Amino acid sequence: MSNDKNIKSAGSSPPSGGLGGYIKEVFTAVKSMLVGMRRTGYYFTHHKEIITQQYPDNRETLNLPERFKGEVVMPHDEKNEHRCTGCQACELACPNGTIKVIFKNEVTPEGKKKKAIDKLVYHLELCTLCNLCVVACPSDAIVMAQTFEHSVFDRSKLTKVLNNPGSKIMEGVE
Amino acid sequence: MLSFSEIANSIHEWLSSHLNNTWTLVVEMVIAGVLVISLFALLGLILVIMERKVSAWMQIRLGPNRVGPKGLLQSFADTLKLLVKEGMTPGGADKFLFNFAPFLAMIVAMLLMAPIAFAKDFQLWNINIGVLYVTAVSSISVISILMAGWASNNKYSLLGAMRSGAQIVSYELSAGLSILSVVVLTGSLSLSDIIASQQNGWWIFKGHIPVLISFVIFLIAVTAETNRAPFDLAEAESELTAGFHTEYSGMKFALFFLAEYINVFIVCAIGATLFLGGWMPFHIGNWQGFNNVMDYIPSSIWFFGKTFFLIFVIMWFRWTFPRLRIDQLLNLEWKYLLPISMFNLLLVTAMAILGWHF
Repeated sequence: MSNDKNIKSAGSSPPSGGLGGYIKEVFTAVKSMLVGMRRTGYYFTHHKEIITQQYPDNRETLNLPERFKGEVVMPHDEKNEHRCTGCQACELACPNGTIKVIFKNEVTPEGKKKKAIDKLVYHLELCTLCNLCVVACPSDAIVMAQTFEHSVFDRSKLTKVLNNPGSKIMEGVE
Repeated sequence: MLSFSEIANSIHEWLSSHLNNTWTLVVEMVIAGVLVISLFALLGLILVIMERKVSAWMQIRLGPNRVGPKGLLQSFADTLKLLVKEGMTPGGADKFLFNFAPFLAMIVAMLLMAPIAFAKDFQLWNINIGVLYVTAVSSISVISILMAGWASNNKYSLLGAMRSGAQIVSYELSAGLSILSVVVLTGSLSLSDIIASQQNGWWIFKGHIPVLISFVIFLIAVTAETNRAPFDLAEAESELTAGFHTEYSGMKFALFFLAEYINVFIVCAIGATLFLGGWMPFHIGNWQGFNNVMDYIPSSIWFFGKTFFLIFVIMWFRWTFPRLRIDQLLNLEWKYLLPISMFNLLLVTAMAILGWHF
């Protein structure tokens, strides 16, 4: 007397399929119990699996996961150049107005007027670290940094300007 | 070799040579009481730190590791905190019942200590109905829980107590039936007789699969009876804050907490006595050399080793399985454990009559 639908039925539903189904259900239950206990038993005996970071103690050797999101930063290269074109995609993508792009007009060597970012203002105090701005950026100008010790004594210190002073856009980004 | 029974006998002889019979009895009872209370305190400290470490390692955490070497003194610090906390009694509570309930829980745990054989010939009270006594007295603990829930004048406490009542009353049946299978095989209700019958092998080995099944049912049922996860509906932190002891604080809470752990110890001790041979060492057939080595290990170490192994298994349950809903809980008992243990008891009885066990 075999029927496969018994295996899927939840423990609370009455066993269908007569005695055979009943016995099958009991065996399935015991088997799944043993599977669960095997997993916890493995973790109990294998202490190398422990993922706890004893944070203030191991501050120097702290090993954060790659995808950890601490704050938004704008990487600059050694010539103090960034990749931000000022397209405002991040500003539009932000759900709570964390990023403000402030523009200035630049004159290129050919004498043409060109729009460029003056300041990319980032309000860490408003940021939920949702990563939407980084996803929206078409030129990979902003990334998430792994710094997370953001405590300051004054709220105004949380408002940051992401581009370095005197920086300009990298060649060939546009 | 120094053993518990020799120490007890020498104390008894020394006392009876100095005092008359009545005073000897009184002094011995006081000594036994003090020993039981200190065992309680010790067990509370050990089991709490054990539970926290076991749970941490099973959940890939480190667990307490700040107080003392490797965090082993954490439970001392917790006890100290509970001792100095104020024991609040809520305004709307029934004062007498509210304050009496934790003590009742402890009294039940204390009474259950009496028939347990801790080592060879070392037992507080060797009664001929030890198994019946244990099953009867352990049901009183539900009264302390109901008392606490009712007297707290709090809806969560009352709900927790009611759930606990339904749970303990139903799971006592299958616990009792699985205990009965060993009683049937032994033909005695006395715990010392049951241990003596396992001289040539523990019942879990001698009794084949039926006794193994009743051992598993016993473990599940006592986990439910002691209100531990996955059957901790009576406490159910996420729904009822803490169930019947929501309103308790300080030392009164500590007594409930301690009683829970003592009950775990007691049911594991009973399980070790019935199925794993109590203080009997592990013997394999005719391997004389191996058996002699096993005999060399003191009987108290065998008893506590087996008991703590069972406690570990119950903790393993707790930190592996999610909590059951009330309907799943009652389904498990009335539709699965009870019919299976009844049928199993029939099998064991047939086995005992036909002499199919070793």
